[in-house]
Amino acid sequence: MSRKGVKVKIGELKTDVGVIKNLELSVGKVVDESWAEPMGPTPFPSMTALREWDMKLLQRYKPFYMPFCDVCCLCTYGKCDLTGNKRGACGINMSAQQSRTVLLACCIGASTHISHARHLVEHLIKKFGRRKALDVGGLNVKVEAPIIRLVCGTKPQTLGDLEEVLDYAESQLTNLLAVTHTGQEGNSTDFESKVLHTGMIDHVGMEVADLAQVAVYGFPKADPDSPLVDLGFGTIKTEKPVILVIGHNVVPSIGIVDYMKESGADGEIEVCGLCCTAHDIARYHKKAKIVGPISWQLRFIRSGVPDVVVLDEQCIRTDALDEAHSIKAPVIVASEKNCMGLPNRTNDPADAIVEDLVSGKAIGVLILDPEKVGEVAVKTALRVAPMRKKFKTIPEAEEVVRRAKECKQCNDCRRACPQDLNIPEAMKAAGKGNLAGLADLYELCVACGRCEQACPVGMQIHSFIVKAGEKKLKEETYKIRAGRGAIQDVEIRNVGSPLVFGEIPGVVAFVGCANYPKGGAEVAEMVTEFASRRYIVVTSGCSAMSAAMHKNEEGKTPYENFTGEFAAGGVVNVGSCVANSHIAGAAIKIASIFAKRNLRGNYEEIADYILNRVGAVGVAWGAMSQKAAAIASGFWRLGIPVVVGPHGTKYRRMLLGRADREEDWYVCDARTGEKVYVGPSPEHLFCAVETKEEAMVMIAKLCMRPNDTSKGRAIKLTHYIDLHKRLFGIMPEDIPPFVRNISDVPVTMKDEIMKILKEKKWKETVIPDPTLLPRMIRKRKE
Amino acid sequence: MAAAEPWQTAEISGPKKASVITKPEVVVAMIKKAEHPILVVGHKAAEIDLGDRKLIDFIVDFAQKTKIPVVATAHVVSEFLKRSYRPAGWMPAVDIGNRLADSEWTGIDGKGPHDLALFVGLPYYMELTILSGLKHYASHLKTVTLDNVYHSHASWSFPNISTKDWQENLKVIIDKSEVGGK
Repeated sequence: MSRKGVKVKIGELKTDVGVIKNLELSVGKVVDESWAEPMGPTPFPSMTALREWDMKLLQRYKPFYMPFCDVCCLCTYGKCDLTGNKRGACGINMSAQQSRTVLLACCIGASTHISHARHLVEHLIKKFGRRKALDVGGLNVKVEAPIIRLVCGTKPQTLGDLEEVLDYAESQLTNLLAVTHTGQEGNSTDFESKVLHTGMIDHVGMEVADLAQVAVYGFPKADPDSPLVDLGFGTIKTEKPVILVIGHNVVPSIGIVDYMKESGADGEIEVCGLCCTAHDIARYHKKAKIVGPISWQLRFIRSGVPDVVVLDEQCIRTDALDEAHSIKAPVIVASEKNCMGLPNRTNDPADAIVEDLVSGKAIGVLILDPEKVGEVAVKTALRVAPMRKKFKTIPEAEEVVRRAKECKQCNDCRRACPQDLNIPEAMKAAGKGNLAGLADLYELCVACGRCEQACPVGMQIHSFIVKAGEKKLKEETYKIRAGRGAIQDVEIRNVGSPLVFGEIPGVVAFVGCANYPKGGAEVAEMVTEFASRRYIVVTSGCSAMSAAMHKNEEGKTPYENFTGEFAAGGVVNVGSCVANSHIAGAAIKIASIFAKRNLRGNYEEIADYILNRVGAVGVAWGAMSQKAAAIASGFWRLGIPVVVGPHGTKYRRMLLGRADREEDWYVCDARTGEKVYVGPSPEHLFCAVETKEEAMVMIAKLCMRPNDTSKGRAIKLTHYIDLHKRLFGIMPEDIPPFVRNISDVPVTMKDEIMKILKEKKWKETVIPDPTLLPRMIRKRKE
Repeated sequence: MAAAEPWQTAEISGPKKASVITKPEVVVAMIKKAEHPILVVGHKAAEIDLGDRKLIDFIVDFAQKTKIPVVATAHVVSEFLKRSYRPAGWMPAVDIGNRLADSEWTGIDGKGPHDLALFVGLPYYMELTILSGLKHYASHLKTVTLDNVYHSHASWSFPNISTKDWQENLKVIIDKSEVGGK
């Protein structure tokens, strides 16, 4: 459909029958009704259209509030003390205030993705036109936009079709943000419903962004064999001029690569990236290198390797300009959302800008034309590199030892460290010439730099850690499969049945940021564990990078060791943050392609299907951002639980089931209308855990679904029990609620489990055709 | 005495702050007064060295002496089992937090709601958020942290103290405590 439609304006028209003056005729949009699928009940849903579904989820998975702050300081009545669920001056209580803050965070996250999508779509329409086809996988992907089809009830076929979708997302987002104003919503559960709505809208925005860039830029299109690309500090040819791009919006980076190719500088310059821009530039240009996740920003800049730093948007250190300046590397900022106080040189001649950057007259510039960013970055890098000579701020080992002797052992660094790393002890040893303690911190450090801010004698503690860990840093040479984009329809057909019936034990998606409790190696370990167990493992964003930064005994990373297919035992990197939409999209496509459920504007039914049948779990082990909050919320509304690492408790509330409350775990049997107890499956919707061991046991447990066949349930129980015994050293105590009949019991553990069932006076129940929606019951009970 | 400042500098306390445990006998008295106490132990208990023992070894001594039921979080149940001590339950820390916030919960042993929850060995920031949840939503419950760092959201907390002082305090608590609960 065409968003702009047709507009005819006639000033004066003389005809045989008379004169027509000031005639204006407008057709809003031309609707293409060639799509045979009937429209479902909730196309373009408003904030309250899916409220009943939300309430069903929130009734079972009630928020456990863990206020991160006891007061509200959002208006001038405040600060208001909300301790003990007291009400503030506006009447809001602590629960509502926590949910309100979560909503605010999710709005920030969703607006970031939607704004990113809008910029991409506008830019690409300007370059390629509204009619540019949205081909994201050729004949292999007929359901090209599962989230948009599900939520909006439209089937986008061209770039122009995405504008209407973004109009909807932006209008919803405005309403949702308005909800957080003083004196609007007052009920915590309704706030939570709106959180879920925000998450759904966020997924729409992410899908728009990735569809647009995949379709136009020639990224891998649903390709399980997308190329293996280089990742890690050690893969970067530091003898060349190096351009570092940081952020999430690939458009300026495309400008750099295109200019390099056009100007013949392709082989002369290294282009590398941090965070999701790195994913996307590697999807565009196989020779581009990924340095690592978000937490590698400080260490890489301070290493002196980058000659020019280009910043686009999102998750960029806001002191990146200062850091780059300290290594004498000019900075180009390329987004209206991140101007860094720099002069706007968009309309200046490229050579004049280059001259100013090379001479040091300007330490950085704002350029809002991506092609010009490309030209300036390349020309500047070529000229600056020989002058800079890789000037770095990481000190030599002798300097570290000398400065460490000044450490006062005041503990301020440790008390500022989010990881509570024992920096004072390592500094004490360093002062005696032993850097091993600091080196041990290298892989645990999230590189926030708070230790340096806290140090009363101004030591560059993070740089000391990087120096001590330099050998590890330089040996970081890995392979990651470039983000493949969507999942093919045929892959969904192949796994649909074994997944829904439980024979493939689950889909585990490792997503999100790098605020890991004990380093990124834990992500790689979990990925390997579940892929080896023949789960379908999906990765994206910084987690996808961390998963690559570990090799097995044969020197292979998980991406080399496992197939990239969306199949049992696959490790599937979908791509950057916005490619998370393909993970939700895969779950939706299982309902559509395998189960042949209508997708179009039919959110509630599909979410009910996924909650009860698709054993998918999201794991955001280092979730940090507001975007991560929004992404998680979108998964929750679809019925997909999310596990976060211990820092995730700072998201202010969990959505936890109560396994001990039998009454919470009944569903309707769609065949009979009977209420059937199905056990706590899945037990939680949002749960933080402490350790990777606990995470692995939790993931296996959360993959269980009411619809599992006995064969499937036995397989899932086998994994759950096996992991529990290995990592917890004991049989789980909660086996009985997961056993519906004797056939569910894994054969290899039969004696042990039967003994437990007998002790707990277990009773057999039926395996229903599960639903939480009364309208899905085919035959009502008399 | 060390100042009662949150261990993580930026975790500024709200209006209601934990009372400072100035001597271990305060904990002993809390346990004595409690009708139905519970002890929640995080995974760090098995990582922290106190002299030539681990923190969890002190916890096992304490639990055996007081008979206070233990809930092990994360995977630390395996460390208890290695020490031939079986906790009353194990579950995620947020799960036990959620249940403790429910005044209707029948407790880990089915004997009714708990009125005193002792916490130890969780990551600082995670224990902090869970204690916050209980401060705001569990008026039926007092919370005590046995960690050596100040937790402003607990009802009672030690200030930031050295591991040596911590070890001494734990020894006194173990020595002087009697069987907890009525």
